[in-house]
Amino acid sequence: MRNHSGQGIGRRRLLVGMVQAAGLLFLTGCDNLSRSEWFTRLLGKTEVVTQRAQRLISPKKAMAKEFIEADLSPVFPPNGNRDPENPDYQRMANNGFADWKLEVGGVVQQPMTFSLVELRDLPSRTQITRHDCVEGWSAIGKWKGAPLCQILERVQPLPSARYVVFHCADPDEDGTLYYESLDFDDAFHPQTILAYEMNDQALPTAHGAPIRLRVERQLGYKHAKYVMRIEVVESFTSIGGGKGGYWEDEGYEWYAGI
Amino acid sequence: MCLTLERSKDKHLMDQRAIDPPLPENNAEPIAGIDPVYLTPPPVEIPSGDLENIVAPADEASPPSPVVETIYRHRLPVRIGHWVNAICLPILVMSGLQIFNAHQALYWGERSDRDRPLLSIKSVKTESGEFKGVTTIMGLSFDTTGVLGFSSGSVRGFPSWATIPSGKWLAMGRQWHLFFAWVFVLNGVFFTLYSLAGRHFWRDLFPKVEDVRRIGRDLVNHLRFRHAGGEEAKRYNVLQKLAYTGVIFGLAPLIVLTGLIMSPAVDAALPGLLGLFGGRQSARTIHFLACFAFIGFVATHLFMVATTGLRNNIGSMITGWFRIPNDHERENEKP
Repeated sequence: MRNHSGQGIGRRRLLVGMVQAAGLLFLTGCDNLSRSEWFTRLLGKTEVVTQRAQRLISPKKAMAKEFIEADLSPVFPPNGNRDPENPDYQRMANNGFADWKLEVGGVVQQPMTFSLVELRDLPSRTQITRHDCVEGWSAIGKWKGAPLCQILERVQPLPSARYVVFHCADPDEDGTLYYESLDFDDAFHPQTILAYEMNDQALPTAHGAPIRLRVERQLGYKHAKYVMRIEVVESFTSIGGGKGGYWEDEGYEWYAGI
Repeated sequence: MCLTLERSKDKHLMDQRAIDPPLPENNAEPIAGIDPVYLTPPPVEIPSGDLENIVAPADEASPPSPVVETIYRHRLPVRIGHWVNAICLPILVMSGLQIFNAHQALYWGERSDRDRPLLSIKSVKTESGEFKGVTTIMGLSFDTTGVLGFSSGSVRGFPSWATIPSGKWLAMGRQWHLFFAWVFVLNGVFFTLYSLAGRHFWRDLFPKVEDVRRIGRDLVNHLRFRHAGGEEAKRYNVLQKLAYTGVIFGLAPLIVLTGLIMSPAVDAALPGLLGLFGGRQSARTIHFLACFAFIGFVATHLFMVATTGLRNNIGSMITGWFRIPNDHERENEKP
């Protein structure tokens, strides 16, 4: 009897020890893989598969759900930079962005600049949509702005153009400026707008004054705030870290549909 | 030997054959010179827990019946599917907890109103300047220091031993999660197609009327750790069938769907999905709960595997061949 139960305990201890050792091995293995080049490159292939699959099931103009005023978040938490530490930006902000101008250029027929007044004079779109942060939270806000397609149609991208890059005014602690990019599928989507109003007010500083991008079928970090310049390009590999955006350079997916 | 094996495989899943010698587990060798079939069964009155005493005098109380019956239980596609899941699930759970750690709260509906979480994990600085982990579920707070909220000297939701990667690294957690989500989904699709075509669902997994009638008896047997031997062990019992079909047709599709609903692009492409679960944050909450249901299923599964003949069970999921426990062995299996 004693012998039997003693064996049981020994076996259990052995089993627990083995499980713990296996767990430790598994964890260190995963951490090593996360730092290895071949494995992260393999994991990175997921993005392409996901993008292809999502584009396959999405009609080009599939619309993100639009909500009603009653659905608005009581508090819409700002994320990322809330007040860019950039002297040029601060100067323009103190002046109510009266001398702010959006430059639109790159691989286009007709480079143009737009003042805030000129943007407001373009046909506008208002939408109440859900903002999905990569961290997992969601907030619903009302956005009014100029559809990006209106602007792109005016500057006329050349046939070789593939991406639209957004250069922003907000630097991180190292002084690296935020930027983002979209392909033409998302850039010409009807819900992709340069928003100058949020919840019927001029866009607050914390949310990207004077304009921010809204690209409703993508995660929050694609929605560049403090947009200063729009550049149409053939490739973004020579811009910033070469991955097409600030967070992309930090290891996040360029295609942020999920 | 190999030939026989291959030929048997082509036949029905529940094809049987008698082989010798048995797997080198707690069973006695056949006694030379005696036709095994005529061996007397073990004595009926076994004082539980005193098995060594009974088996010891070999001349009198004979060892258990040496007739060992082995069936081809798991076909190759099922075995591959099983081990792919065995790799995917821990990775998905742990990289999922890494993602959860980026926003340590759950909500209901479309939005995440931060003053109204269903669950939140926080770290609170006490008056003495130390950190404390506090988990709040539906307004009830618990001190979870050491595990949730604050562990190993760092402020984080789930502890480093539960996440992939172990450190705080959302971008890498997402890469792991989405890669293995694809593997898990494709594996599930392949398994489903195979099981429909190969009639695995109908033959082995769906509970039948007679199974449902036995549910009470099976439940009692499970609770008393009495597991099937002989004929009964050749097919899954009703609790197994319900657990497996529940996971295959309930839990797995649920966790995949709620995962997809968190994608803004999928929500735009398939607007009907959002309404199914009442919004993106509800879907996130259900996804999280389904994750813990999976953990519960796997824990139960591993417990059953370990207590009903660990080597035979694992061996059968590797080779396909499952040795039917005879009546005596069943008594032996009490944990």
